[in-house]
Amino acid sequence: MREVAVIGVGNTPFGELWEKSIRDLYVEAALKALDDAGVDRVDALYVGAMSSGMFVDQEHLGALMADYIGNYHIPAVRVESACASGGLAFRQGYMEVASGMSDIVLVGGVEKMTDIEDATFALASAADQDNESYFGATFPALYAMIARAHMHKYGTTRDQLAMVSVKNHKNGALNPDAQFRLPITIETVKKSMIVADPLNILDCSPVTDGGACAILCPLDMASKFKGKPVKIIGSGAATDSIALHSREDITALKAVRLSAERAYQMAGKKPSDIDVAEVHDCFTIAEIVITEELGFAERGKGGPLVESGKTALDGEIPVNTSGGLKAKGHPVGATGIAQIAEIVRQLRGEAGKRQVNNPKVGLAQNMGGSGASSITHILEVV
Amino acid sequence: MSVPSTWRNKKYRYRLEASKCTSCGKAFLPARMVCPECGSKDFEPTVLPDKGKILTYSIVHVGTEQTQFDVPYVIAVIELDNGTRLTTQVVDTGDKEVKIGTPVKLVFRKINIDGKTGVLGYGYKAVLE
Repeated sequence: MREVAVIGVGNTPFGELWEKSIRDLYVEAALKALDDAGVDRVDALYVGAMSSGMFVDQEHLGALMADYIGNYHIPAVRVESACASGGLAFRQGYMEVASGMSDIVLVGGVEKMTDIEDATFALASAADQDNESYFGATFPALYAMIARAHMHKYGTTRDQLAMVSVKNHKNGALNPDAQFRLPITIETVKKSMIVADPLNILDCSPVTDGGACAILCPLDMASKFKGKPVKIIGSGAATDSIALHSREDITALKAVRLSAERAYQMAGKKPSDIDVAEVHDCFTIAEIVITEELGFAERGKGGPLVESGKTALDGEIPVNTSGGLKAKGHPVGATGIAQIAEIVRQLRGEAGKRQVNNPKVGLAQNMGGSGASSITHILEVV
Repeated sequence: MSVPSTWRNKKYRYRLEASKCTSCGKAFLPARMVCPECGSKDFEPTVLPDKGKILTYSIVHVGTEQTQFDVPYVIAVIELDNGTRLTTQVVDTGDKEVKIGTPVKLVFRKINIDGKTGVLGYGYKAVLE
């Protein structure tokens, strides 16, 4: 397998982008990434998207995006793993370059979520439709049930859940591309509208339009291009039962743990080696459990971890410096690539006001459904 | 949910007819062809017990347009007495408190009306024991 570098990243601003279509979002992000890398052609492209059929009645995204980046005879692949579609597209593109099949590959993700009124229904298709959604389990409800069980078993507090949101909004305020750039307080979170008890709306990531892209090439070719390379040193993917109720431990996210273990093993790194991380905080409880599964905290101690400030921008292991899904926004298919873009910027020292101090190794973790799929990547400065 | 899907699922939803692995004894709803516990492909039909307890729950205040449930409603993961787990609503709670560990019983109820076809979807919901 060849070593692979990320040589360019780009994304649209995230938000309610009424004037932009799904193809506009992908192409805008792609052009920014191509420009960042300094390449003018690609050998293949990937597009991660969860549910363009339900959101905008458009499938066949591979060909569509190849057409609209003006490179329309290249191989093009759409990848779907619910909210982990972007992370999985990155992994598939990485494998294509590592294998020697292609040299320069565009990997992107996109979602256009605001053309329909009821995004919750489309999102519920990432759960077990026949056996969860049919009976009334919405996505916030599934994570609320994880939260309730975690609070019951480990004593995680309502305030600790809110602290995830407060931290990520504080970071998002420093990110010009974030959907929400306003700091909030624990009280604001707790007084916001109840969605699925114990989760309020400020515990939930928003409905967002956005696109994000990255350019990959073999590491030994990276010096030919202007984009400052960052090396991919670990990639891990894992799955779990689609229905939350089928999992032995409802307070755990086993696919996250397995995807991380596989990525750590490949990279030859351990949790304490990670200097900065982007994780899938689709709901506040998710970040708490994920930080446990990644090994940043012991099992059950994700709540105290966020409370300690260790995951804050100036903490030992800053988590979601971009604002995370919560504040940056969560255009589901784009999220996994946007996480990679943040890690690349942090490792290059290009993260502006949210730059952490001289990071060498970064981790991005992207999750689908209520945790039925997870993709973890580890990147390192060259 | 489409008409064929409603028809296909009726044995699970109306009668709790599950499949039990003949090798490890674990029962699954809906039926599976491969046991995720032991890998066996041999199953026998079984009917699930209707009693169990609440493992975790949420009170849903924002539903979806398509499912048309009156909010707020209680959704829960239920563990039945034989260990099989499922997700459904806890209804008719009155002023009783729903808690983790609360014993429940499954009952046959209407779940929804399909907006396009008008087909009634039935299934199990849980009531407090």
